[in-house]
Amino acid sequence: MGTAVKKGEKPNAGITPNKEQKGESPLELLMYLIIGVGFGIIFIKAEIVSWFRIQEMFRLQSFFMYGVIGSAVVVGALSIQIIKWFNIKTIKGDKIIILDKEFRKGQMIGGFIFGLGWALTGACPGPLFAQIGSGFTVILVTLISAVAGTWVYGRFSDKLPN
Amino acid sequence: MEQFIEWIKQPWPWWIAGPMIGLIVPTLLIVGGKAFGISSSLRHVCAMCVPANIPFFTYDWKKELWNIAFVIGVTIGGFIGHYLLANPEMIEVAESTQRDLAALGITDYRSIMPHEIFNWENLFTAKGLLFFVIGGFLVGFGTRYAGGCTSGHAIMGISSLQWPSVVATIFFMAGGFLMTQVFLGPLMKLVGF
Repeated sequence: MGTAVKKGEKPNAGITPNKEQKGESPLELLMYLIIGVGFGIIFIKAEIVSWFRIQEMFRLQSFFMYGVIGSAVVVGALSIQIIKWFNIKTIKGDKIIILDKEFRKGQMIGGFIFGLGWALTGACPGPLFAQIGSGFTVILVTLISAVAGTWVYGRFSDKLPN
Repeated sequence: MEQFIEWIKQPWPWWIAGPMIGLIVPTLLIVGGKAFGISSSLRHVCAMCVPANIPFFTYDWKKELWNIAFVIGVTIGGFIGHYLLANPEMIEVAESTQRDLAALGITDYRSIMPHEIFNWENLFTAKGLLFFVIGGFLVGFGTRYAGGCTSGHAIMGISSLQWPSVVATIFFMAGGFLMTQVFLGPLMKLVGF
């Protein structure tokens, strides 16, 4: 959600620009689930969901996480350029459009707040799910608290500097 | 095949994991024109369960179910990665980090997470309050305020050359450095480590 979210605006306005976006069929949902499974396995096998790896990163004592994020960005950026270059469509034949994110103060204030939490939990939202799957079920509490944090932001978003 | 499984059980190096994570970007775009982002799932949970007439949560979440399916998949993937493809060795952590963490009372390297912090016994203690409740709250509040997390901003955003995402990522890192280098030690002492 790059743009400032105004009342009644679609939650994905600004990032998934598909017009007449419809919900997915159960089969399509299953496909996203399977992609998620692959992603969760990578998370665990590369140990990037590890609290220790995050500590190494924020103590500048290992190159590992910088290598992971850096190479992911390079591959992601190349892929997007290839998609644009060859005008690659989705498998349904829709044009792939990536809208620009708008700059907001929240990216700084919220980003900073998230960073504080990232160092404590050792997880951004994605790894939270993988940590729970890997048997650290107490992270469910962290997840519920993260949902609560999201809710509180939504409740007071119009009163916060944005 | 057995050799392959043995090989896959080893922790993967960054130059395999990073590019594989990068490939999630074109995969989601090509499968359904979806922008990679995970923290939105937390918002969809709010919209599903407690929208409370808040404009930020009153939207048709049924259209966003793909994101929920995706994170359920990540959870299952976490299970498979840990229980079926488990690394038999202890996690290897930089020696300097081990020294720093030992000073904070963290010495258990059997799992990807330190058991000293992440266990149910800590739930109703100051430790649980700090690491689960406050930590989780900061992650949920901060990512939504920032409009994305590591996946949406650092990976998807920077990959698509969005400068606001670069700003967001710099502030993610700033918060993380400050917490780790300045606050974590005193806070851990305070909660009884």
